[in-house]
Amino acid sequence: MEQAATDLTRLAGHELAARIASGDVSSVEATQAHLDRIAAVDGELHAFLHVNDGALEQARAIDERRARGEQLHELAGSPVAIKDVLCTIGMPSTSGSRILEGWVPPYDATVVARLKAAGLVALGKTNMDEFAMGSSTEHSAYGPTRNPWDPERIPGGSGGGSAAAVAAFEAPFAVGSDTGGSIRQPAAVTGTVGVKPTYGGVSRYGAIALASSLDQVGPVTRTVLDSALIHDVIGGHDPHDSTSLDREWPSFTAAAREGAASGSLAGLRVGVVKELDSEGIAPDVQARFQETVQVLTDAGAEVVEVSCPSFEYSVAAYYLILPAEASSNLARFDSVRFGLRVEQQGQTVEDVMAASREAGFGPEVKRRIILGTYALSAGYYDAYYGSAQKVRTLIQRDFDAAFEQVDLLISPAAPTTAFKLGEKINDPLAMYVNDITTIPANLAGIPGMGLPMGLGDDGMPVGLQLLAPMFEDERLYRAGATIEALLAERWGGILTSRAPALRDAASGGSSGTSTNGAAA
Amino acid sequence: MKAKLMDFDKALELFEPVLGFEVHVELGTSTKMFSAAPNPAHPEFHGAEPNTLIDPLSLGLPGSLPVTNETAVRYSISLGLALGCQIATSCRFARKNYFYPDTPKNYQISQYDEPIAFEGAVEIELASGRQVTVPIERAHMEEDAGKLTHVGGSTGRIQGAEYSLVDYNRAGVPLVEIVTHMIFGAEHDAPELARAYVGAIRDIVLSLGISEARMERGNLRCDANVSLRPRGSQQLGTRTETKNVNSMRSVERAVRYEIQRQAAILADGGTITQETRHWHEDTGETSPGRPKSDADDYRYFPEPDLLPVEPSRELVEELRAALPEQPVARKRRLKAEWGFSDLEFQDVVNGDMLHVVEATVAAGAAPQSARKWWTGEIARVANERGVEAASLVEPAHVAELQRLIDERTLSDRLARQALEGVMAGEGSPAEVAEARGLKVVTDESALVAAVDEALAAQPDVLAKIRDGKVQAAGAVIGAVMKAMRGQADAARVREIVLERAAG
Repeated sequence: MEQAATDLTRLAGHELAARIASGDVSSVEATQAHLDRIAAVDGELHAFLHVNDGALEQARAIDERRARGEQLHELAGSPVAIKDVLCTIGMPSTSGSRILEGWVPPYDATVVARLKAAGLVALGKTNMDEFAMGSSTEHSAYGPTRNPWDPERIPGGSGGGSAAAVAAFEAPFAVGSDTGGSIRQPAAVTGTVGVKPTYGGVSRYGAIALASSLDQVGPVTRTVLDSALIHDVIGGHDPHDSTSLDREWPSFTAAAREGAASGSLAGLRVGVVKELDSEGIAPDVQARFQETVQVLTDAGAEVVEVSCPSFEYSVAAYYLILPAEASSNLARFDSVRFGLRVEQQGQTVEDVMAASREAGFGPEVKRRIILGTYALSAGYYDAYYGSAQKVRTLIQRDFDAAFEQVDLLISPAAPTTAFKLGEKINDPLAMYVNDITTIPANLAGIPGMGLPMGLGDDGMPVGLQLLAPMFEDERLYRAGATIEALLAERWGGILTSRAPALRDAASGGSSGTSTNGAAA
Repeated sequence: MKAKLMDFDKALELFEPVLGFEVHVELGTSTKMFSAAPNPAHPEFHGAEPNTLIDPLSLGLPGSLPVTNETAVRYSISLGLALGCQIATSCRFARKNYFYPDTPKNYQISQYDEPIAFEGAVEIELASGRQVTVPIERAHMEEDAGKLTHVGGSTGRIQGAEYSLVDYNRAGVPLVEIVTHMIFGAEHDAPELARAYVGAIRDIVLSLGISEARMERGNLRCDANVSLRPRGSQQLGTRTETKNVNSMRSVERAVRYEIQRQAAILADGGTITQETRHWHEDTGETSPGRPKSDADDYRYFPEPDLLPVEPSRELVEELRAALPEQPVARKRRLKAEWGFSDLEFQDVVNGDMLHVVEATVAAGAAPQSARKWWTGEIARVANERGVEAASLVEPAHVAELQRLIDERTLSDRLARQALEGVMAGEGSPAEVAEARGLKVVTDESALVAAVDEALAAQPDVLAKIRDGKVQAAGAVIGAVMKAMRGQADAARVREIVLERAAG
């Protein structure tokens, strides 16, 4: 199953970038290798909604600039996959919805503009649950993405496309968005790394809004260092986003390198959130988590239990705040200025708006718009939206109290390994509860990271979540890189290197067998 | 169907009118309220082609985000202070959610329970000299919607239209909405009070320099709330909200009309429907718009894309120190500076011409000349056409017109012709004079020749003049002026006629 060492797609992002920077490999070669990989496996996975037909041209331009001796960013020429929630000039941006089918924005999201400015080459747009509403990518209007570890299973959501793309070696780097876990949970179930930055750490300008007070764009990669590299490119103040933080951020890349090199967690105080380590967490996930706690302790960390009593209300509060904001954010999809229009002769504008929204939105989107509209209605506002905001304050206080005792919090990143396609699609509540571990960070605005901590009894990846205080994203990268290095040492490589091979549409190769059993 | 109206005095005998106003002021910042798109309410962007002053936010494109215009916030604070309001130490924007095709996001970013300014008062003075204090509830910041043009119907309204066009240039224009408390005790002065209140707001806005405040352009828009209650009753009546009142004159007429209309209904035992009503300038009537109930649910919630506005106390004090004088004090000062008689000044004030006369004087005209133009010829044309005098001509052009007279380039009569051209949009007075060939004939030989010719044609008149009947010269002067197509200085012509007749 291990590919030839010359296969550029198997390299970690920073390794590939270094080889491009040294001139050993051209951007065209790197880009072509990934386009070939996409052509070979994406028919089965469906991680991409759109493949950028201008990618090679952009890669060539970078190679030419390098040939002219221009000083380029260390990631210049590296390919990147972009979640379809982000606006991209020249590529459709649908947010996984039928209502935006074929819509090509006239502007780039700030994150996309920054990736371009650094010379990264966009491979295409990745699949997602419609408007980022979901935990499985099954709510995409364009069909589900499959988990590269087992195509019968979901890749998580909403950013299943970006996670699957990096897990399947279709891209070394990707970006996603995280409203309630849409970066961290897919990372957990695909054995990859994903970071939700501090709210305001990365610009939301040009990210098609789900819930404005919760949404945050972040990196999706196979290694902690790779996420740090992307975060350093996309992060920082943006005057186009009022909620963007105007502050100096340390180099996350430096933190990740130092963390990986140190091999020690001595002096680090780590809290296990009691409320995220209880019922609802599958036994195999629980087992991997206990083993990881031991790894941390062995590396010198002081692990204690902390309590965040208000977390019990987080899912309920989240499913009031998110639909409320979403119901308003999604009002603009009315067919008047852009997007799908369904009309018949003689209809009024209200008729056309209603018909277009009826045809353009999927059932989960409609469900949440109705929930949110209800929660904001006169007479219900205080009981629902108002109360949810109070819970939010309580959760922030829980985190404040916890971070007075510890430097980092840890928990499983998802309660179970990837479930099967169709398993929860008709049970919204079961789908919602799946996000219980990731939601509190969004409600509080704090940064969180999902990274692999082994395999479950079913041979599917299990993810660890790290949470840091507001503005302390650096801690995630430092500790995350140390933990990643310690685990890789035990496993003899990062987790994704053990993913089964996929059926290669080009070579007709067979699907590999799963490497069962827990990591040890 | 024409509504039944009660005589105004009779209506006031039976009912007490209660008023309330919502005035929207477009701020003349260079960019929009929440984006860097050019603001059509800024003089530089007047008359732009539809959908040219736009950006992703003006169209509500997916992913676009608002950023608060700090100049608009400063203007709003200044306005709040000038209205005698307190300024919030922290206030949030809120989303007002409703679907309408002129509203690109299908929500309006406004302020709900946290306005930037609240609890103030505006002093106004009526023609009778009566002083009235209008209590201000709040002034809040918001963005304007786009503009719909309904095509194909007879009414220009959406009902019956074949299709509608949307111009998003106006979407996102910064607005301040000024809301009064209920105004009691206006009595017979209610219509005049309405006009004077809007005039006071306009004067304040102009003195602050934050808006051009041209009602005909929609820089200033007034919604007038009127309700009646029977004499002696403590219970408030049902109100109507009349929209689309685009001139000071209309505000006065609309309030008077609503009092008369509601009184007729109530006296007949009917009930008033709570609704918005549209004012029709041409017929002088209001017609029902959509029913408005308190159950309208805009699902307000704090705008999560924006941070709260937290004006520092230093900024508020800085803006307070920079406030211009209050309108009432300003009137006293201008009257003294201009040296107008009570009657002359009242004429200017009643004609809502204080600001245009002031601007004309500022542009170089003598106060009396400025007054004569505005209360004379321009007011006459405005009356004739049923429009605001200020909408007809720029003050700077009036000053230029006067300068041309003072320089003897134009006679009074030629100046009136030039004004006509200016009002027809033909350009500045000098340009109109040039294009129309308006110029006083100063060529003495031409005048003398014309006089001689006229005297020769009217020997009987010549004889009368020689007999000492100087007033007979008028016939000759008329003939000369006609021959010169009016482009001669009549006084000079008269001198020449007498000279030549004597010679």
